[in-house]
Amino acid sequence: MTELHIRDLRVSIDTDGGEREILRGVNLTIKGNETHAVMGPNGSGKSTLAYVIAGHPKYRVTSGSITLDGADLLALSVDARARAGVFLAMQYPVEVPGVSVSNFLRTSVTAIRGEAPKLRTWTKDVKEAMNELSMDPSFAERNVNEGFSGGEKKRHEILQMELLNPAIAVLDETDSGLDVDALKVVSDGVNRFRERGDKGVLLITHYTRILKYVRPDFVHVFFDGEIVESGGPELADILESEGYERYVNKAANIS
Amino acid sequence: MTITHTDFVAPTGREEQWRFTPLARLRGLEAEAEFTGQVGIDWDPTDCRVERCSKDGIRYEPVDRVSSRAWADISEVVQVTIPRERAGGPSVNVRVKGLGGVASGHIRIVAESFSSATVVLTHTGAGAFAGNVDIVVGDGASLTVVSQQLWDADALHLGHHHVTVGRDARYRSAVVTLGGDVVRLVSTVDYAGPGGDAEMLGVFLVGPGQHVEHRLLATHTEPHCRSNVAYKGALDGDGAHSVWIGDVIVRPNAIGTDTYELNRNLLLSEGARADSVPNLELETGEITGAGHASATGRFDDDQLFYLQSRGIPIDVARMLVVRGFFADVVQRVGDPDLEAAVLLSVDARLESLGLGRIDEGIDS
Repeated sequence: MTELHIRDLRVSIDTDGGEREILRGVNLTIKGNETHAVMGPNGSGKSTLAYVIAGHPKYRVTSGSITLDGADLLALSVDARARAGVFLAMQYPVEVPGVSVSNFLRTSVTAIRGEAPKLRTWTKDVKEAMNELSMDPSFAERNVNEGFSGGEKKRHEILQMELLNPAIAVLDETDSGLDVDALKVVSDGVNRFRERGDKGVLLITHYTRILKYVRPDFVHVFFDGEIVESGGPELADILESEGYERYVNKAANIS
Repeated sequence: MTITHTDFVAPTGREEQWRFTPLARLRGLEAEAEFTGQVGIDWDPTDCRVERCSKDGIRYEPVDRVSSRAWADISEVVQVTIPRERAGGPSVNVRVKGLGGVASGHIRIVAESFSSATVVLTHTGAGAFAGNVDIVVGDGASLTVVSQQLWDADALHLGHHHVTVGRDARYRSAVVTLGGDVVRLVSTVDYAGPGGDAEMLGVFLVGPGQHVEHRLLATHTEPHCRSNVAYKGALDGDGAHSVWIGDVIVRPNAIGTDTYELNRNLLLSEGARADSVPNLELETGEITGAGHASATGRFDDDQLFYLQSRGIPIDVARMLVVRGFFADVVQRVGDPDLEAAVLLSVDARLESLGLGRIDEGIDS
């Protein structure tokens, strides 16, 4: 059974004004067959959590641990974490000029699996996965994320998740900038992924709307670099009607 | 008026057009060195005409001391003629092989009216070569010329490539410079009628100690013509030096001109240096567009992170980015087989620089 453990995670970033702590002791456990939604206002640090799990070099972990099935993720390079089973769907996927989607997908799946996929089944797998995400086959010949619309970028992220088949998928604001149709297509992809079994999903989102299509098992409220409240899916409904104001006000009262 | 080499004095290095060039490494090509060496020029069988013919009656204007000395030295040219209304077909392959010593050569490409063709010039071998190429693209013709510089590590190549683009003609050039100790190519474009379109693409890979210089000049004298330049280079190792000069002049009667030049350089290591100088001179404001962009930088960390986060090891990720950087330009050549061949040459050079090899990841 897949288990991602985040323990007392503290993370800083170097800014012009010196070191700034962005995560202030995060504790979170995600098991296979569990979907956790992390919600919070802008600037609460929730995206930082996603990038730190994936290993972005910009962030410095000052204490705590992240383990996947007992393996110390923090000791691994970015690519080794991916091969260990972590996938990050990015909010702003990066353009890679001159590299076709098909070449990119083939190179990454080869890296993840440790061997090249069989040509015949691979072509079929890609075609089917693209079809399910309503992506035109010509997509494969375009350069990675170059000239993609917001919706195309997010579908492309989900396509990668389905093909790379990680143990833990971290989806950073995958719902942002999507119209309703695209949101459904993307959510269907996440649900297909969950149905494979023993998959952990961490959904990071500002809004609740994706949670109507991808029902979370747990909802955590992120504020000022830590989880301030956890609950079931009903917590999302409360946030939907009340927003983040009570956390903001609480923080204001304390200080 | 005929220009002869006596009109050009040997450069001292202080001249604008020579200030980046390591004159001490030119083996006298720019001064008085005698042409006692040899190049072999041959070609594959083709439906187009390729022949050696006298230079008498050919109008060619050198641009500098080296091109004028080469022109004075040669007595015959290798001429490729694309017959009128030839409707495409296999490319014409011409090979220039340096056999050592200081040598000269001249290749002339004439695309007759409404013809269509691709000509591939491949330079290999050793020695010091002063080689000119003059190209005439007839009215309504479409011509692609690929010039590959795949020289041995100690070779020297200075050349002038001139094209005259006819009325409504389309010219596309792809310059691929991967080998040689010093390669310095001057590409000039003139227009013989309105509606001409010149697209000049370039990729270069510069290793330790190599000097690679591309100088382009497009002179717009006719209305409604287009020039588009995109050169990309990667530099690796101590003393790797590239120079890119992109000059565009738009004369007063060249209304409706559309011009853009771009140069991007990727520094793969410390100790490499890229000089990039775009220059646009507008003598009329009645143009469709004019612009230029030049940037030199290192790897984009976000690109590498994105690729790595998909399990791709860092060295493979770097290779993908470099290949993609070049493919971005090569993809515009417009001939898939040729594009693949150019990328293979780029790969081989990357590998020889120790920058690794990409496993294409296909197992059928």
